[in-house]
Amino acid sequence: MSGTGDLLKKGSAPGSLPSKPPAPRSGSANPFRALTGNLRESGIYIAFVVVVLLFAFLTDGLSLSPGNITNIVLQYSYVLVLAIGMVIVIVAGHIDLSVGSVVALTGAVSAQLVIGSSQPWWVGVLAALAVGLAIGAWQGFWVAFVGIPAFIVTLAGMLLFRGLTYYVLDNVSLSPFPGEYNGIATGFIPALMGGYGYDAFTLFIGAVAVAGYAVSQVRNRIARVRYQQSVESMPLFVLKLIAVAAVVMAFAWQLANSRGMPIVLIILAVLILTYSLVMKSSVFGRQVYAIGGNLAAAQLSGVNVRRVNFWIFVNMGFLAAVAGVIFSSRSNGAQPGAGNSFELDAIAAAFIGGAAVTGGVGKVTGAMIGGLLVGVISNGMQLLGVDQSLQQVIKGLVLLLAVAFDVYNKRRAGVR
Amino acid sequence: MTDNILEMRSITKTFPGVKALSGVSLSVRRGEVHAICGENGAGKSTLMKVLSGVYPHGTYEGDIVFDGQVSRFSGISDSERAGIAIIHQELALVPYLSITENLFLGNEVRGRTGLIDWHRANGEASKLLQRVGLDENPTTPIGQLGVGKQQLVEIAKALSKDVRLLILDEPTAALNDNDSEHLLGLLRQLRSEGMTSIMISHKLNEIEAISDAVTIIRDGQTIETLDMRADTVTEDRIIRGMVGRDLDSRFPERESHPGEEVFRIEDWTVGHPSQDRHVVDGANLSVRAGEVIGIAGLMGAGRTELAMSVFGRSYGRYLSGQLYMHGKPIVARSVRQAIKHGIAYATEDRKKYGLNLIDDIKRNISAAALGKLATGGFVNAHEEIRVAEDSKRSMNIKAPTVMAVTGKLSGGNQQKVVLSKWIYSDPEVLILDEPTRGIDVGAKYEIYTIINRLVAAGKAVIVISSELPELLGICDRVYTLSAGRITGELPVAEATQERLMSLMTKDKTPARAGAHTPSTDDDQEHSA
Repeated sequence: MSGTGDLLKKGSAPGSLPSKPPAPRSGSANPFRALTGNLRESGIYIAFVVVVLLFAFLTDGLSLSPGNITNIVLQYSYVLVLAIGMVIVIVAGHIDLSVGSVVALTGAVSAQLVIGSSQPWWVGVLAALAVGLAIGAWQGFWVAFVGIPAFIVTLAGMLLFRGLTYYVLDNVSLSPFPGEYNGIATGFIPALMGGYGYDAFTLFIGAVAVAGYAVSQVRNRIARVRYQQSVESMPLFVLKLIAVAAVVMAFAWQLANSRGMPIVLIILAVLILTYSLVMKSSVFGRQVYAIGGNLAAAQLSGVNVRRVNFWIFVNMGFLAAVAGVIFSSRSNGAQPGAGNSFELDAIAAAFIGGAAVTGGVGKVTGAMIGGLLVGVISNGMQLLGVDQSLQQVIKGLVLLLAVAFDVYNKRRAGVR
Repeated sequence: MTDNILEMRSITKTFPGVKALSGVSLSVRRGEVHAICGENGAGKSTLMKVLSGVYPHGTYEGDIVFDGQVSRFSGISDSERAGIAIIHQELALVPYLSITENLFLGNEVRGRTGLIDWHRANGEASKLLQRVGLDENPTTPIGQLGVGKQQLVEIAKALSKDVRLLILDEPTAALNDNDSEHLLGLLRQLRSEGMTSIMISHKLNEIEAISDAVTIIRDGQTIETLDMRADTVTEDRIIRGMVGRDLDSRFPERESHPGEEVFRIEDWTVGHPSQDRHVVDGANLSVRAGEVIGIAGLMGAGRTELAMSVFGRSYGRYLSGQLYMHGKPIVARSVRQAIKHGIAYATEDRKKYGLNLIDDIKRNISAAALGKLATGGFVNAHEEIRVAEDSKRSMNIKAPTVMAVTGKLSGGNQQKVVLSKWIYSDPEVLILDEPTRGIDVGAKYEIYTIINRLVAAGKAVIVISSELPELLGICDRVYTLSAGRITGELPVAEATQERLMSLMTKDKTPARAGAHTPSTDDDQEHSA
């Protein structure tokens, strides 16, 4: 122990931790208060559940059918990948308008190599990722080191990279990709454990996920008790684990009864887990929140703001390239107009998921739920045969209401 | 009977938790230049804000009688209509607009069509500029003028509104000698034309030179009004009025055993970020282990600028100077390097520069030393909470948990979070800029206790404060700063408020780029 502890401990101060028996406080034991106490975060989950149930009811359960669930995952995967990067950009107080164009350009480079020059599929993937990183470094340079607002830099990038896409593709579409490349976004993990009318492997992955979740929750609980922090009461804790396990296994069951485990879902899960951890617990993630929350204070606390901003955009370029690979694979080719308005979907996902317009607030999981919420609404309206124009109107209103809710919440909290 | 243009009668203004003004009275005779002086935070600016309607009628108690009528201004436009114009320290001009556009902003000269008549506007602008003695083309953008000329444009703007009472808040604080001289000349000329002015100033020589009367405010109360036309009033007399206050037992006892020198600043010179002048000019100071030194200086003396430029060059342009830690020269080009070398700086404006107000206590405390909590780039969140709980207990931070958002804490508790942050970074020297600004007496005492504990643990502490009793109460030595220069250094046993104030208001050659004379004479004269 160092710093504050040593320096300021006075005779009367309580002894070091282990000597004092923990007095577990169950402050958040009341589940109702846990939900309403932090409406900003829980609100989006409640809304998501309500929307899912609403469409399940309206479509007579069709929206929860195995085939449809698989569809939603496949269809919105690239927006979710973009939203992961976008929420980080937004938390730091920036915006990125160029990701749609970057998706198109990285897909085009990949297609030109794999289809145009008959290179193996992985050459296309690596080239796309390299291009994405380079683009990120380019934009990061202008934002972080020259000090041009990200809005301008990425608006320029939106035009720049769209133009380059046309140039790389010579104004025509390229297709189709060979089977391996196409499989990235449309393929499924083969039935490694055999099929019994359902895919056992998918259930196995689901079980692993549940076990992993349970272990991390238990370890966290033990650590919290050791550090004398409040924990939920045991029955509530067990109930929470059972509920999560039930939802995950139900989801896996539906997938297993359809076409098995989509490869994209694995990619997405890895990205979500990694980035959630980075934003929650890494020094880098914490510095992103510090910059977005109070730039001057972050600077005066020794945060290297330029470097952090630079890497935020490099990361965004990387994730845009991942999305570019997934999208080109899914659409089985590269089109000059690909990825149009994807940036808006990603931005909407982040904001609906609780990111603050002023920066400093936002979570990867929130953005994922935000993106899925839009996905479920769009998908449900498609199933119901709602007119295309009306779908746009409703999506617009959802975004507006979500941010209005956020602003209202902040005013109620009385901070700033 | 005297002809008073303005009488403010027992004005009391309360902010949540603080009584800024309590029963202040002010009488200003028609056609005089009336100076108001007092320490920082004495209530001068608050009084002027009450007068000009920034704090509307109903938010204060007492009466304002302007030109024989009881006035109830509900806003600044109200007071302007009555003929009162206030010129703030921070000029309210739009840099990209021309002089004419600025002069008539919100009050545009319109032709018959309803559009702006630029010919007439420029013509009237020329006339106004002539009146204030500014020889500039009215179409020049404001941003191209120096601060002194901008000030004149502000006055011209006030004159365009048929003002009868002109209030100037620290008009010469940012001006060089020539510009100051010109401004004072203009005030004399306006006085001869029958204009009444109120001038807030820290520069006692200027007050002596120009004002007809001076009202001294201290701790939100009127102390006295001196007639400057009587020859007996000297700068010393004014100083006595400004500081005349007793030291009481507001400060915890501390035994002083300073050790080796920890930190030294030599010949530190810093340029203004955008103007060609020195904000800090050849400053030298040192602090020993277990010692508290104070930096006293009035608004604009360069205290914060000195501290921030030392702290990883966070302010202005570094021009020259060297830092030493334990006698070894160090270079701190960034905040990160400064922290690494063991320097900590707790800002005077904790909301703007000190805290992430939307984040919780624990993350604010760990912000400057996250590396200590991290392995492999990942933060141990449980350890972080433990550290924060430790601080919460030892610093007596009043909050439900360390997960409480700092934006909702009181000023004193916010300050304790800021201090916790820097203490956790484990510095050798802590620079505390106005550590007790805006917090109540009880919390102040706690902050002093924390400072005492720090020096008892061998830290070196530098305190910047506007409150002289505070510096005298907690420091071992006090440096005075005036116009960016160290004008004196006194052991606390020899320091009195009067001596400090006279060093702080010492007439100084203005710091100008490239032409600074060494101020070492002053240093030696007053060192022990």
